[in-house]
Amino acid sequence: MTVTSGPHLTRRGVEQLALLIALVPITWMAIALFEIAGQSLGPNPSRELLHSSGKTALNALWLTLAMRPLQELTGRIEFLWCRRVAGLTSFAYATLHLFVYAILELGLDWSDLGAEIAKRPFIIVGLIALIGMLPMAATSTDRAMRRMGRRWQRWHAAIYPIAILAVWHYYWQVKLDITEPLIYAATLAALLGYRLHRTRHRRRSI
Amino acid sequence: MAKFTFPKIAPSEIEPTPRELGTPPTSRREVLTGLVAGAGATLLAESAIAQPATVSARSAATPVAPPSFRRNPRWSVSEAPNTWEEITTYNNFYEFGLDKSDPSERSGSFKPRPWSVEIAGEAAKTGRYTLEDILKPHALEERIYRFRCVEAWSRVVPWLGIPLRDVLARFEPNSRAKFVEFTTLLDPKQFPGQRSRVIDWPYVEGLRIDEAMHPLTLLTVGLHGRWLPNQSGAPLRLIVPWKYGFKSIKSIVRIRFVEKQPATSWNKAAPDEYGFYANVNPAVDHPRWSQAKERRLGGSLFGSRIDTLPFNGYANEVAALYRGLDLRRFY
Repeated sequence: MTVTSGPHLTRRGVEQLALLIALVPITWMAIALFEIAGQSLGPNPSRELLHSSGKTALNALWLTLAMRPLQELTGRIEFLWCRRVAGLTSFAYATLHLFVYAILELGLDWSDLGAEIAKRPFIIVGLIALIGMLPMAATSTDRAMRRMGRRWQRWHAAIYPIAILAVWHYYWQVKLDITEPLIYAATLAALLGYRLHRTRHRRRSI
Repeated sequence: MAKFTFPKIAPSEIEPTPRELGTPPTSRREVLTGLVAGAGATLLAESAIAQPATVSARSAATPVAPPSFRRNPRWSVSEAPNTWEEITTYNNFYEFGLDKSDPSERSGSFKPRPWSVEIAGEAAKTGRYTLEDILKPHALEERIYRFRCVEAWSRVVPWLGIPLRDVLARFEPNSRAKFVEFTTLLDPKQFPGQRSRVIDWPYVEGLRIDEAMHPLTLLTVGLHGRWLPNQSGAPLRLIVPWKYGFKSIKSIVRIRFVEKQPATSWNKAAPDEYGFYANVNPAVDHPRWSQAKERRLGGSLFGSRIDTLPFNGYANEVAALYRGLDLRRFY
């Protein structure tokens, strides 16, 4: 691994910084929700919260996946130190996304939820992605990592299929303009490609 | 033509409602503009009072006298209208961009005047008419209608307009005029959204001739007592209150009487999702979401959604148009 000079940050410091960044979207949502400083969620606040929480979850997930390539390209270990916070951030916003949907959009009308889920496959796809993130979030501690050893790696490789489900969920509910879901899909393909290339390369060199 | 039954109107609905509804107070300048313009004297005071002070959305180029109008309680719902803000900052008008805030943020330089409309097709008096030509013989009415978007949100809007049938009749459509096709302005310089091809521009909508001639169908030029702001489809748009909002085409430059059902924009873009009829129908879901309920804009965050009504609550007036038509098939 390349040795780089530069400002020294402790792992703890990097994680705290990442956490601070992770809190920016939720802070904005709160500010806009309570209409502080002229901010507003507009006339359809629940829809706005639904979209911004979903988008944040997606962004954080993509960042999680980008950390390893970024570390390898720049040689800076700090990127890897952010990875756990990024992953947990994605999980947190995805959970918020589900709650906004169930509580604000559906008004906790469970018969509606049943009907919606049965009819609308993109909701199932999103739900599977979120459920898939649960065991990863639960095993994100250092202790779990040590205890699980090699198995941890295998479990957490599930993030790739989950990302595919997430972008599928996004693509499926877009009304007309699929540019954004396609950008997410393309970057995911690049990240996946990088990952596969690297694994193969590494195997060969062993 | 089918005969229509009108809903019983409570005396409270005929009583004019106060005009505050979140619109800012009148500026003296605008009252004066109204007086100088001088239209029907009895209507003047009313229309002038209805003018809010913020005029940012209005065309800055030529000052236009505020509209004079008469309220039409017979065709108005009793629900409280949404505020100016709620109506003009959350819009689907892809010509200005895909986000709900794009139309209000990116329509500042749009020029709704001078404006003309081409009348074409199966009618005796085709040709190009200026906006003023079109409006002149008619009295503007205010009608408070429900507006239901296909995306399952809704609002209540006090529109200003003219029954479309009164305007169409002047062009003397002939017996081959079975449908009416409407076209939005094509101008990527003014409509930045038209530079990306999410829709096959220009936007086209259509109605069956009996739908177009229905007394509820409103050729609309204003809202909340003011001329339409650019983001709401200035200067001339359609309002068909029993259909999903996308049927109510904006910034119309062409009206064509045709014999065959016109190819309409959303129907072309996604035929399994958006039908030609697009009547509001809680029993027929959009393939990707339920249409049984809707979110009324301006309600509380935790407020529950309300039930969507067949034909958006106008079933008494319009259901007869579709007798014998399978509404599941012709959604």
